[in-house]
Amino acid sequence: MAKIKPRAKIPKEAELGEIIEIKTLIRHPMHSGRVKNAEGKTIPRQIINKFEARFNGDLIFSMNLEPSISSNPYISFPYKVSDSGSFDLVWTEDGGEVYKLSKSMKVS
Amino acid sequence: MKNKSLKSINRRSAITLLTCMGFSLSLHSGLMASPEMVQSELDKISKGSKKKDADIFLDVPEIAENGNQVKVSFEIESPMTENDFVKEVYIFADGNPAPNVGKFEFTPFSGECFASTKMRLSKTQDVYLLAKFNDGKYALEKSTVKVTIGGCGG
Repeated sequence: MAKIKPRAKIPKEAELGEIIEIKTLIRHPMHSGRVKNAEGKTIPRQIINKFEARFNGDLIFSMNLEPSISSNPYISFPYKVSDSGSFDLVWTEDGGEVYKLSKSMKVS
Repeated sequence: MKNKSLKSINRRSAITLLTCMGFSLSLHSGLMASPEMVQSELDKISKGSKKKDADIFLDVPEIAENGNQVKVSFEIESPMTENDFVKEVYIFADGNPAPNVGKFEFTPFSGECFASTKMRLSKTQDVYLLAKFNDGKYALEKSTVKVTIGGCGG
C-alpha cells in the first residue's frame, strides 16, 4: 500500500485578524467497503473517519468523513489569525491509527 | 511492441475505469440511499428546532464529469462570534449507497464559515446542505449535480 502522507498548505506568516484558508490533503485510498478487487473479493472498509485541527491546543475545526468522501481526501477550512503558534492536524483512520502534521505560523 | 494494444489506455484512465467498475458493481448489489432516507436524516438532526433564513452558498458543479472527485464547497454568512456562529454543517447525497457524506464542525476561531472537500457521487442526484447554528436553529440548501461518467452507467 502506498504510504499515507498528510500535507497542508498554511501561510508561514499572516496578519492579525486576517482570515486564512488552510488546505489539507492526505494520501489515502478511502476504501468504502463496497469495491471488489481483481479476485472478486470485497475490499474491507478502511477510511479516514475524522479530521481535527488545533491551534495552540484549541480545537478550531473538525470534520467527520464518510465513505462518500473521495480517495485522497482534501479538506479546506478557515481560520482567523489571533496569535503566532502552531497548528496540529490529526487524521484518524478506521481502527484508530492516527496521522499527524504540525506547522507553525507567525503573526507579522 | 509488447503493449501495443494497451497504448490507448493510460494509467489514469485505467484506474478510473477499475474504480468505476467496482463502484457500479457495488451499486447493483447494495441498498441505495433515497430522498426519503436523506429526509429522515435531516429530520433527525433538525428535530425540535426552528428553521432560520441564512445566506448559504452551496457550490457544487452543475455537471460532474468524474463522479469520483466532485468538489463541494460552501459558504455561509455568519459573524462567527461566540454568541452567533455556525456550529455544524452536514452534507448529504440522496443517490449514493449511503446518504451521509460528511459533517463539518466550526468554532468561533474560524472567523468565517466556509469549507470545501471532494466527494463521490454514484449518479445524478441532489446534494443537501444542513447548517446548524449555535442557537439550535437550522438552515437547508439543496442543489442537483448531473453526473456524466462517474456514475459508471448508474
